[in-house]
Amino acid sequence: MTERLATGAPTAWGSDAMQNRIRRRYRQERLFRGLGIAALALAGGFLLFLLTTIVASGWNSFRATEVQMAVTFDPARLGVDAAAAKADPNLLAKANFQGIMGDASDAQFGRGVRIVSDGAWLTLRDMAQADPSILGTTQTVWLLTTSNIDQLAKGAFDLTIDAADLPVTATEIALWKRLNSEGKLRTGLNALFLTGADSVDPELAGIWGALKGSFLMLIITLVISFPLGVLSAIYLEEFAAKNRWTDIIEVSINNLAAVPSIIFGLLGLAVFLNTLNMPRSAPIVGGLTLALMTFPVIVIASRAAIKAVPPSIRDAALGIGASPVQVVFHHVIPLALPGMLTGTILGMARALGETAPLLMIGMRAFLTSVPQGFTQPATALPVQIFIWSDNVSRGFVEKTSGAIIVLLLFLLLINGLAIYLRNKFEVRW
Amino acid sequence: MNQMSMDVGTALGSSEAVADAAPKMTARNVAVSYGATQALRGVSIDVSTENVTAFIGPSGCGKSTFLRCLNRMNDTVASARVTGEIQLDGKDIYAPDMDVVQLRARVGMVFQKPNPFPKSIYENVAYGPRIHGLARSKADLDGVVEQSLRRAGLWDEVKDRLADSGTALSGGQQQRLCIARAIAVNPEVILMDEPASALDPIATAKIEELIDELRGKYAIVIVTHNMQQAARVSQKTAFFHLGSLVEYGDTREIFTNPREPRTKDYITGRYG
Repeated sequence: MTERLATGAPTAWGSDAMQNRIRRRYRQERLFRGLGIAALALAGGFLLFLLTTIVASGWNSFRATEVQMAVTFDPARLGVDAAAAKADPNLLAKANFQGIMGDASDAQFGRGVRIVSDGAWLTLRDMAQADPSILGTTQTVWLLTTSNIDQLAKGAFDLTIDAADLPVTATEIALWKRLNSEGKLRTGLNALFLTGADSVDPELAGIWGALKGSFLMLIITLVISFPLGVLSAIYLEEFAAKNRWTDIIEVSINNLAAVPSIIFGLLGLAVFLNTLNMPRSAPIVGGLTLALMTFPVIVIASRAAIKAVPPSIRDAALGIGASPVQVVFHHVIPLALPGMLTGTILGMARALGETAPLLMIGMRAFLTSVPQGFTQPATALPVQIFIWSDNVSRGFVEKTSGAIIVLLLFLLLINGLAIYLRNKFEVRW
Repeated sequence: MNQMSMDVGTALGSSEAVADAAPKMTARNVAVSYGATQALRGVSIDVSTENVTAFIGPSGCGKSTFLRCLNRMNDTVASARVTGEIQLDGKDIYAPDMDVVQLRARVGMVFQKPNPFPKSIYENVAYGPRIHGLARSKADLDGVVEQSLRRAGLWDEVKDRLADSGTALSGGQQQRLCIARAIAVNPEVILMDEPASALDPIATAKIEELIDELRGKYAIVIVTHNMQQAARVSQKTAFFHLGSLVEYGDTREIFTNPREPRTKDYITGRYG
């Protein structure tokens, strides 16, 4: 080569060796592109598979089956005085609606055959309280069915196999076929799933309790970790001297971000429950624990955002006599805000999907009521998914997928918010 | 004398250095070190309002370092240590009771790369007066903004689009906006760190004209790589080399009759 340069002979671009080199280069480029597209296609395929499976098995949880039946609102069986109840519907709150529902079921479907859900009497009570004049009459009502009938109606069972292998009885199948042909079954929106809390009966189980628990927790997490994280990042980036101590703090924060989440659960258990005696299973404890976990993520994202602010802007502001705090609040924070918010929201999204630390602080309790405050027992969305996925009952399979759909929708919403905020606050140069 | 020095000679501005009244800033025996590295030693210079002072010298000679001592911008560099004495109106600016924020308002700075805030043109100029509480009312502030932009020779070009982003202007306009921003806080000294090095010749000419117009109102110190520029805009020139001040005197003297051989070699283009 040096000889060639020395002699000054022109490069032989047309030579075979050179042409081969060029062909090889093009082949490598094609190969690289092909690999990239294959990787994307594979990832997209998996995502599609995941979403299809979940939606296919989960969309039924948003629907519920009801059966039509005649119920007699007999005041004697209800144990109330009709005249008094008509004057004050509140007297009906403790009336024996289970009794009149059981009587109607025994009469129409046979003794001991469970078609109507145990919780369906609430519908009867609400009806009677809304209109006490129906006392003493017989009404045709649509009542929630048991999970087995619901699953039969949704076609969840393969009826071609031996009935003994099915979790439903032959009586139930026969009854379902009869009711279906009589047009006494209907499948509609499952409002209870979106408004209720957990239950032992799949047809009565709802997601709202867990969702609200997650909301309450995330509020605590945001309120604690955002200001702490952003202030720490600003102090470390803009004010702290660069020395051995700040190096140690930086390494510690990076390590904290990499600590497995279950360890934070143990920390929460030891500090908040055992030492500070805070209420078990409460959103405040879950929120604090998740805040510990989200804090380093926010610090790291915020520091990166602050570092990305050009030093020339700081010089400009200092050069006309702005104090360091004014430089930070007037110039650095507005420019770093999109990055800070994006990091925070992604940290929050991670906290929303976190399960392990919540198990450690007792948030996997079975709760049939929606939490009303930060200190009441609650569970969280991912924990609810975990609990339901453990349940053997066929009806909980679709509930699990339904809860996953709700969780994914919220994650999508949060990530969408992150993108929106980033674009909104981004300063164009 | 070779061709190069003839060129510089013809570039010399028409205005002669005038006798200084009391100097605005005085530096005595200033030395700066970054950690173990000595960046500057034994610099003594007077800066006055009557004359524009230019600092020239090859890259890394310490001229920018010295400039940044004059408004204590070196404070932001953790490892920098400044010794010696620098006075503004006879008061030591490194004294413990000196308020750095106030000092930087009195000694303004224009940087090498135009660095307007990513805000509107109006906000860029109004920021300084606002944080120092220099304007009593909105009308007052409007007046300060207009006057500053006029002095920076930018008013006619931007008066109809004050709400546009400062970063949308051309490079030369951005630099004049930065000068307007510095003027708006009514400084006594303006330090310019190679203000035209990122600009085209036409924008450079405008900046140079502007510097000439501002002379007498503000004590101006300009660092430049460009010797013709130093010759055109300044009346006093300081030549730095390898961290020390080699020669300081009237620009005409330095360019036509340098005392030091190193100055002569640099000016005639033998190195640098």
